[in-house]
Amino acid sequence: MKLRQFALAAAVVAAGFSSAVVPSVANAQAKEQFFPALVYRTGAYAPNGIPFANGFIDYMKLTNVRGGINGVKISWEECETGYATDRGVECYERLKGKNGGATVFQPLSTGITFALTEKAPGDKIPLLTPGLGRSESQDGGVFKWNFPLAGTYWVAADTIVQDIIKKEGGADKLKGKKIALMYHDSPFGKEAIPMMQERAAMHGFSLTLLPVTHPGVEQKSTWLQIRQQRPDYVVNWGWGVMNSTALKEAQATGYPREKMYGVWWAGAEPDVKDVGAGAKGYNAVMMQHGAEKNADVVKEILAKVHNAGQGTGPKEEVGDVLYMRGVQAAMYGIEGVRAAQERFGKGKVMTGEQARWGYENLNLTQAKLDSLGFKGVLRPLSTSCQDHMGSAWSRMHTWDGTKFVWSSDWYQADESILKPMVKAAADKYAAEKKITRRTPADCQS
Amino acid sequence: MFYRENGQFKTSYSADQQIFPITQDRWAIAAIVALAAFVVPLVVDEYLFRAILIPFLILSLAALGVNILVGYCGQISLGSGAFMAVGAYMAYNTYIRIDGVPLILALLSGGLFATLVGIAFGIPSLRVKGLYLAVATLAAQFFCDWAFLRIGWFTNNNASGSVSVSDLSVMGLSIGTPMEKYWFCLGFLVVFGLLAKNLVRSAIGREWMAIRDMDVAAAVIGIRPMYAKLSAFAVSSFIVGVAGALWGFVHLGSWEPAAFSIDRSFQLLFMVIIGGMGSIMGSFFGAAFIVVLPIFLNQFLPWAGELMGVAISTATVSHAEFMIFGALIVWFLIVEPHGLAKLWSIAKQKLRLWPFPH
Repeated sequence: MKLRQFALAAAVVAAGFSSAVVPSVANAQAKEQFFPALVYRTGAYAPNGIPFANGFIDYMKLTNVRGGINGVKISWEECETGYATDRGVECYERLKGKNGGATVFQPLSTGITFALTEKAPGDKIPLLTPGLGRSESQDGGVFKWNFPLAGTYWVAADTIVQDIIKKEGGADKLKGKKIALMYHDSPFGKEAIPMMQERAAMHGFSLTLLPVTHPGVEQKSTWLQIRQQRPDYVVNWGWGVMNSTALKEAQATGYPREKMYGVWWAGAEPDVKDVGAGAKGYNAVMMQHGAEKNADVVKEILAKVHNAGQGTGPKEEVGDVLYMRGVQAAMYGIEGVRAAQERFGKGKVMTGEQARWGYENLNLTQAKLDSLGFKGVLRPLSTSCQDHMGSAWSRMHTWDGTKFVWSSDWYQADESILKPMVKAAADKYAAEKKITRRTPADCQS
Repeated sequence: MFYRENGQFKTSYSADQQIFPITQDRWAIAAIVALAAFVVPLVVDEYLFRAILIPFLILSLAALGVNILVGYCGQISLGSGAFMAVGAYMAYNTYIRIDGVPLILALLSGGLFATLVGIAFGIPSLRVKGLYLAVATLAAQFFCDWAFLRIGWFTNNNASGSVSVSDLSVMGLSIGTPMEKYWFCLGFLVVFGLLAKNLVRSAIGREWMAIRDMDVAAAVIGIRPMYAKLSAFAVSSFIVGVAGALWGFVHLGSWEPAAFSIDRSFQLLFMVIIGGMGSIMGSFFGAAFIVVLPIFLNQFLPWAGELMGVAISTATVSHAEFMIFGALIVWFLIVEPHGLAKLWSIAKQKLRLWPFPH
């Protein structure tokens, strides 16, 4: 009896499996540019992953309403990674060949980015990691397929220190000061360390490293250390629940929130909402945009996507910080394809390899950005064979208890510090991997 | 009818001591290996290779290792993830620090270091038993997490703490395409599977089982508990270490300690419990259940929803995946507490009488 049940169950499973694999091929449609979306709508990082995913998908929808990329419609498919590297790799394998082939992957997880960096070159699919991923992948000479557009973690760390310098009233004032870096104990958090150390050696402040283990809800011992050492500033390099926990602990410890800085992944509404007034004064560096409820692109999404009943998430969250990060990421993904079409044929579907050329030769002027609805939101960005980042601007915003307000002018990462670090780290990677730098001829391809 | 050992008389000692004494078993295993090695690569696509088959092979190997310790020797361990991590990181260090070291040697050296760590963390098993031992082995997990996160030497002082390898090759043959990776892993699995199968029916395997069933009685008849338990830890962590090295080198290519977190330890333990404790075959069933089922559900549910005309959101699929997966674990444990391997042996029993059951 049991055997029969088991055999029956096995047959059902087998039948379901074979049929689950088959239709995915049948669904493939020609003439559509396919954008896979690695999202996480569940798990410890879901509060931050959801608005990003919503923004990403909404902008895809908007682009289709606008008429696609020179007439080429966009298709996409979500795959849930739960922020886990092995599931992310599975999603990558699942989606890379679907619907005529993936254009570009945007993992939104530094761990997954590291794993895919090893795989993408073989599959000839570019990796877009706006504001995340490997900082040294800015160096296009070594990282041909990686594009940390508009900012890396080193840019974020550098501009945070710049803001601290400004607040203190001069770089010399930092001497003898104590800055604590509270970081998510993963590649994401650790990326900040080299830049902070570089700046610490430059200005003579002491840097305390305080790791917080995944997922970051247990921070009592970290805050005990902060209470004992009383650092002058605390830099919060967190993601997900770690951020709101940090703010609650800061409140409980009585550490002034004005002295706290977050990276651009630790400065959004889900991080501060629960704490409300308790988070007042908390600063975060922003990758150009902040919460942009009044941006043209947000109004357009509301009008053409949400009011048409096609919205992906709750309407109230349109224009929030992480939603905008998703919109921005999707926009870079699409504009790269548009740039590639300029060279390889307008109105054609681009392969991953062709799209890569587009990301490498992206030139988003202010006029172009304004026409896309990013007026006052983003600054111009232009990439090249050597520079895969294209723009290193950022600014600070501060939580006033109910909303984020801009609290600083624009900062640009200090090239004199950033460039040698990127070059050294990229060279180290190249030596380890035994790859040679790309020749100028390769840049043309 | 087809599966009967009647009439198969053994006329020599070597025939009597074969790994698979029944002719049909021998043929079946040979056929399965041949199928896996030659037919499967012809029919499956890249996705199945990279997302399902390769992880399945590697985690089967790890489950095999854990089964030796937990299933055969009865020492519950929650440190398997840590032993995998030791295997992966030490193989990495061997690979990059010794110039020109062959890949297989690097992977085995990962296993060797895992053995040493396994023995060290197995020492408490001489005093504490059962669930208390499980708690003691957690120390291995936390210690290794700490070591690989904090000690820069292990990661070659990479700022992000993530390490990566690429361009693997064995004796001039590159291991780059999914099919080559699959064969490579399959080779490891077949060799270790046969070794393990042979080991558990040898004197040392019987010692382990005696210790598992009643350690006092085993000690009375002259089995040294220290030797038996530590050898189980050694063999188990060697296999788990090699599996960890394969997981890092072949499957992920780039990894961080989170790839070998406590979740991995639990996952391996569940594979052994669901697959069947004290059964080599069970390790494969358990690994298949844990690796394939969630991915299957994740793809099956949207498809099933589409069939019924409802679009299921990504989040709902993910939640449903967890719920169904959990429910199935409970269901399997209720209907078959001895694991999937027991179903297998029932099937074999029935096959003996088929097609004329009583």
